[in-house]
Amino acid sequence: MKQGRFIGKLFSRATLRGLFAIAVFILIWEVGARSEQWLGFRMPYLGLIPPPTDVAASWAGLIGDPSYWQSWYMSFLRVFGGFLAAMAIGIPLGLFMAVNKTFYGIYFPTFEIMRPIPPLAWVPASIIFWPTQELSIAFVTFLGAFYTIVINVLGGARSINKQYLQAAQSMGASQWDIFRRIVLPATLPSIVVGSAVGMGITWEVVVAAEMISGGGSSGGGAGGGLGFFIWSSYVGGSYEQIIVGMISIGIAGYFSSELLRQLGGFFTPWLKTR
Amino acid sequence: MNTYSPDTVVPGAGARVQEASEIVASNLNKTYGAGPFAKTVIKDCSFTIESNKLTVMIGPSGCGKSTLIQLIAGFESADSGQLTMNGEPIVGPGKDRLVLFQESALFPWMTTYDNIMYGPRARGEGLKEAAEQAEFLLAKVGLEAFRDKYPTQLSGGMQRRAELARAMINKPEVMILDEPFRGLDNMSKELMWEYYATLYEEDRNTNFFVTTDIDEAIFLADRLLIMTNLPTSTRTVIDIDIPRPRKIEDLVHNPRANEIKKEVMTLLHEEAMKSFSGGSKAAADFLDAYSKRAG
Repeated sequence: MKQGRFIGKLFSRATLRGLFAIAVFILIWEVGARSEQWLGFRMPYLGLIPPPTDVAASWAGLIGDPSYWQSWYMSFLRVFGGFLAAMAIGIPLGLFMAVNKTFYGIYFPTFEIMRPIPPLAWVPASIIFWPTQELSIAFVTFLGAFYTIVINVLGGARSINKQYLQAAQSMGASQWDIFRRIVLPATLPSIVVGSAVGMGITWEVVVAAEMISGGGSSGGGAGGGLGFFIWSSYVGGSYEQIIVGMISIGIAGYFSSELLRQLGGFFTPWLKTR
Repeated sequence: MNTYSPDTVVPGAGARVQEASEIVASNLNKTYGAGPFAKTVIKDCSFTIESNKLTVMIGPSGCGKSTLIQLIAGFESADSGQLTMNGEPIVGPGKDRLVLFQESALFPWMTTYDNIMYGPRARGEGLKEAAEQAEFLLAKVGLEAFRDKYPTQLSGGMQRRAELARAMINKPEVMILDEPFRGLDNMSKELMWEYYATLYEEDRNTNFFVTTDIDEAIFLADRLLIMTNLPTSTRTVIDIDIPRPRKIEDLVHNPRANEIKKEVMTLLHEEAMKSFSGGSKAAADFLDAYSKRAG
């Protein structure tokens, strides 16, 4: 029964549509990339990039290469390190700003001035500031998720229906109970949204940071992460590997977001009923 | 004004012996804003919510009824005047005065059961007894099958019933209901009236019910407070001497009900007209002429 449903889902119309679209995309890419030898003329743009079959071959060669997986591992480590730190600091900060007017008044202006500074603009400063390259990359990654999470938590906690608070108050709930059982769950959907958006930014930032900083402490090759993997492929002239790196980031980002979606759904079961 | 006293209610005639719980408002005033933006919502407003009676407050929409509820519940305080419960001034919210809000205030992240259990859990008192009470109330409001559903999975009428149960488990001395059946379709509304009236007749707690619906007011009330247009004060008090239990048909067939309805309509129409014309003499004249022609 359960397996049947799984197979049903696997071959559902939506899945088939998705697969079909990917197939068409790869086909156009293949034809475009090989247009010079197949059609006798070079298609603009597409004619300059390596065809998917070459990319796949290059990828197949990398599957057994530990340094390729090391790049995955390093980027994941940085993304989740920065992201978890952003959650650990951002969520309480957002909540505290929402419930404490004095703190909001003191901190929010500074926060709003810092917020528009792109995380990547922090790269040089953080390289100077932090003792290791690794920490500076993690810090920039942290910034990528931090502001989005704080803003979402703050907005969510401030827009709680006043009647929920009044209802709880009139039933004799303490301030702490109202915070724990009303404010927190009411803010959860915003926390989930903020985290999902923040996670996306984190991947954007980590790759750029790895490229700029030269791959972190190990200085290249094995320890560099996916961003550095792309950069060194470019420098080394292996165009297939550039694309392998790009697709790898796409897949990594997809899995990170999916993980967050699942976790978010687990923590906010009431939203599924809408 | 009618001075007939309704079917003499003996305190404790219902299932539970009730202590007296009377709310008295005298000369309340409330103004929002200041300077040119000041808006006086309540002016010199006095009334009594009598113990062990169902007092219904009716007034044109947009008059200060909801503000009065905020005051009685203790969420806000009046600028001047006195508001007491059993002789003690009301200073803040408390579980002795529970509010059922206009729109559902069930917590969306809690199941029906958890919503009902919120009050006892928040106060951390008598949890075992409360759990039994919750079962009893779930059965009473007919939501046993929906105990593990979230509010969004319930119909409007079910949500209102769940909210009644959530309030009743706290055994409030006074239950305050702010247009609780607004937005329900007519059929569910009438069912809710009958249902709510039955609940009330069982233990005759002190209830304060705010509405803009004349039929609802007459069907439910022991005492009916008719409010003026903004700034709000009490225009008239009518005792509704229609014997309980009442039937929906009474609203059509009972001559006394019709008599009261006419009286209330006339009074409310005057107040509504003031509200509609917003002080403009021309608009008031127009409305007056129109109502004469239509009537």
